[in-house]
Amino acid sequence: MKMSTESHGFSLKEWVFTTDHKRIGVLYLIGSIAAFAVAGIMAIMIRIEQSSLGPTLVADVATGGNQYNVWLYFHGAAMILGFLIPGLTGFAANYFLPLMIGAKDVAFPRVNAFSVWLFYAGIIMALLTFVVSDAPDVMWTGYPPYSVLTSGNTAFYVFTVHLLGFASILGAVNFLVTVIYMRAPGMGWNQLNMFVWSTVTAFVIQLVFVPVLAAAVTMLLFDKYLGTHFFDPSQGGDVLLYQNLFWFYSHPAVYVILLPALGILFEIIATFSKNPIFNYKAAVYGGMWGIVLIAGEVWVHHLYISGMPDWIRIGQMVSTLMISVPVGLLAISMFGTLYRGAITYATPMKYATACLFLFLIGGLTGIPLAMTVMTVHLSETSFVHAHFHYIMGIFATFAVFAAVYYWFPKMTGKMPGKKLGDLGFWFNFIGVNVTFFPLFLIGVQGMPRRYWNYEMFPQFEPIHKIAMLGALIVAVGMFLTILNWIISAIGGEKAPANPWKSVSLEWTHCPNPPGPGNFPKDVTVSADWTPYNYGR
Amino acid sequence: MKGRMVALSIPGLLLPGVAWAAESGKIVDPVESWNHLWHEVLIDLFIMGTIFAALAIHWLIKYRATSPDQVGRGPTLSRAQAWSWAMVPAFVFMADDFFLAAKGWTVWNTYRKVPENAMEVKVTGNMWYWQFEYPNGATSTYAYDTKEGDGLMVPVGTPVVLRMTSNDVIHSFGMAEYRVKEDMMPGRITYIWFYPKEEKQSWVTCVEFCGTLHSQMYAPVKAVPPAQFDAWLKQKKSTL
Repeated sequence: MKMSTESHGFSLKEWVFTTDHKRIGVLYLIGSIAAFAVAGIMAIMIRIEQSSLGPTLVADVATGGNQYNVWLYFHGAAMILGFLIPGLTGFAANYFLPLMIGAKDVAFPRVNAFSVWLFYAGIIMALLTFVVSDAPDVMWTGYPPYSVLTSGNTAFYVFTVHLLGFASILGAVNFLVTVIYMRAPGMGWNQLNMFVWSTVTAFVIQLVFVPVLAAAVTMLLFDKYLGTHFFDPSQGGDVLLYQNLFWFYSHPAVYVILLPALGILFEIIATFSKNPIFNYKAAVYGGMWGIVLIAGEVWVHHLYISGMPDWIRIGQMVSTLMISVPVGLLAISMFGTLYRGAITYATPMKYATACLFLFLIGGLTGIPLAMTVMTVHLSETSFVHAHFHYIMGIFATFAVFAAVYYWFPKMTGKMPGKKLGDLGFWFNFIGVNVTFFPLFLIGVQGMPRRYWNYEMFPQFEPIHKIAMLGALIVAVGMFLTILNWIISAIGGEKAPANPWKSVSLEWTHCPNPPGPGNFPKDVTVSADWTPYNYGR
Repeated sequence: MKGRMVALSIPGLLLPGVAWAAESGKIVDPVESWNHLWHEVLIDLFIMGTIFAALAIHWLIKYRATSPDQVGRGPTLSRAQAWSWAMVPAFVFMADDFFLAAKGWTVWNTYRKVPENAMEVKVTGNMWYWQFEYPNGATSTYAYDTKEGDGLMVPVGTPVVLRMTSNDVIHSFGMAEYRVKEDMMPGRITYIWFYPKEEKQSWVTCVEFCGTLHSQMYAPVKAVPPAQFDAWLKQKKSTL
């Protein structure tokens, strides 16, 4: 892949020492897709294990948990911290945000380079799970006292979170400064792309909340290795403190994933409908900033069954239900952008359309989970598992895939293969629904999460077989998709300058792929310019 | 007692379910309340989902481009329209939120208010089994590997309250059949109650990840006729 017009041929040194936001974006993409692939293999192993009642892949009943719990740990930690967050705020934000605001690079390019290599260190730290004999088995949540008492190596979990968290904080500072100070002359706040706004709001959340997570896991490290007792009630510690700190970050973290994913979809839906964003200001100031405002006041819904006082369980039921207001405004804006559009269906738009439905299913199933008393039965079952896979796992993954397809001509100068792309899409879309929709049904009937052994509920076995079939369909789809990117990047048809006929700066003002400095001529925008002005 | 009735009647003005229960002295079964609310929530979700999905499908088909250079004719909103499209939906969503919150709160109260005649069983979580202790001191447990032990035995027709704690890590006591679940933690005591109305065997599973044998941490919950329960309890007591 030739990424920059300055280089002639591939030079490893240029890539390692690069400070170019576009190359850093590509490095983020490669690293996060690698994490995605390994975590995806774990997902398939989990599905195969659950497809029959007794031990399927694991050795036996007594030790099976040791293997299975490591798969669960790696799948969760790598998908969220190694794929979704870096894929959206690392890859997509790095490559496209400066282009969208008409900037030559980010504000601190060397800090940016530092953060991508921190990210790689984090990925390697996570992958060490498969090398060490005492792999971490604490789920991606790492709740004490288990994470302190386990013979598994909780330190790997803690250091993975530290490295990826630090990379993210640096990114947050960098991109907030970039958007505040480096917009093209004339570009006002109401002329920003939705993706720029979504990245800004996501990074505000990261900047405020990541330090809390870092503190929580550091206390865990101290408890396990230095003999402190932050979370040990027998020594005056608080057994629930960790969960409060963890979810104080990790609930907002789902918005760090949701917001940029929505931002990408807004770009794609506007471009392929050739329409302005429906009620832009309501979506930005009510929707995105509304989510930022509410993000830090709802974490207790992860602790509805943790023995929190009743008054806070009821209070946070109300604040959690209130999320439907900003999310509803974003949904109205997104669906409304289709209204009276001129819609075409290239591969990225297929993914975006699928996302609308994943968003509906995932979002609406969140409503009973916001209600304390409903959660008393539903929490820790497959219902929750299916809910967050729809809204966070699949929805955001489809958004990343949509982004790669949409900006593929920008990054490579080649068109992505349509036939293979569409085929991969249908495998993915059908596969995820076959996998996860049935899990809602057995979840309501009480299938517990994180169980490889469910011999007490033999009636759920057929559903698990269907779910495994779905996972295998997804695996084919993912393989076709990634194969398509590689084939198209090497031998794809040359892309026209603006293949989707967008009016956003990254398409109208810089070549495919952009060279150093991005724009051949300095960009200025007029007062009536918007990235969605299709000139009616 | 009188003061307590007065205190109960204050939230009771807002929460008819509780007031009714307090007046009649009848036990409200949380399972029925949960199932009823679940049904209502599903209808609510179905209506919202159908509106959005139907509109989206309709527009996705209707507004396909007819020529490659066509641009959209999406509306430009006036200031009043833009505010309306923000405020009206916001209030509709908020109204639905408060409606669901009120319903949820009502059922929540039945979950937290233990009937007065409830039998208390102490439950202790260990890696990876439960120990049940009855008022007369008798204990019961269950081993996943030998399948020996009675697990949680309860008499039909008596509400049961579980006082729960843990000896090691966090476990969670989940009985899908009775729609209840709550974590058990070292150094803290939590409670849930349930109402076994008919004879049946169901399962309690540990639903908070607790290590290697997490998915082997389950036990039967046997609701048996009161006479059989009393005999069992007496026999357990004598073998102490």
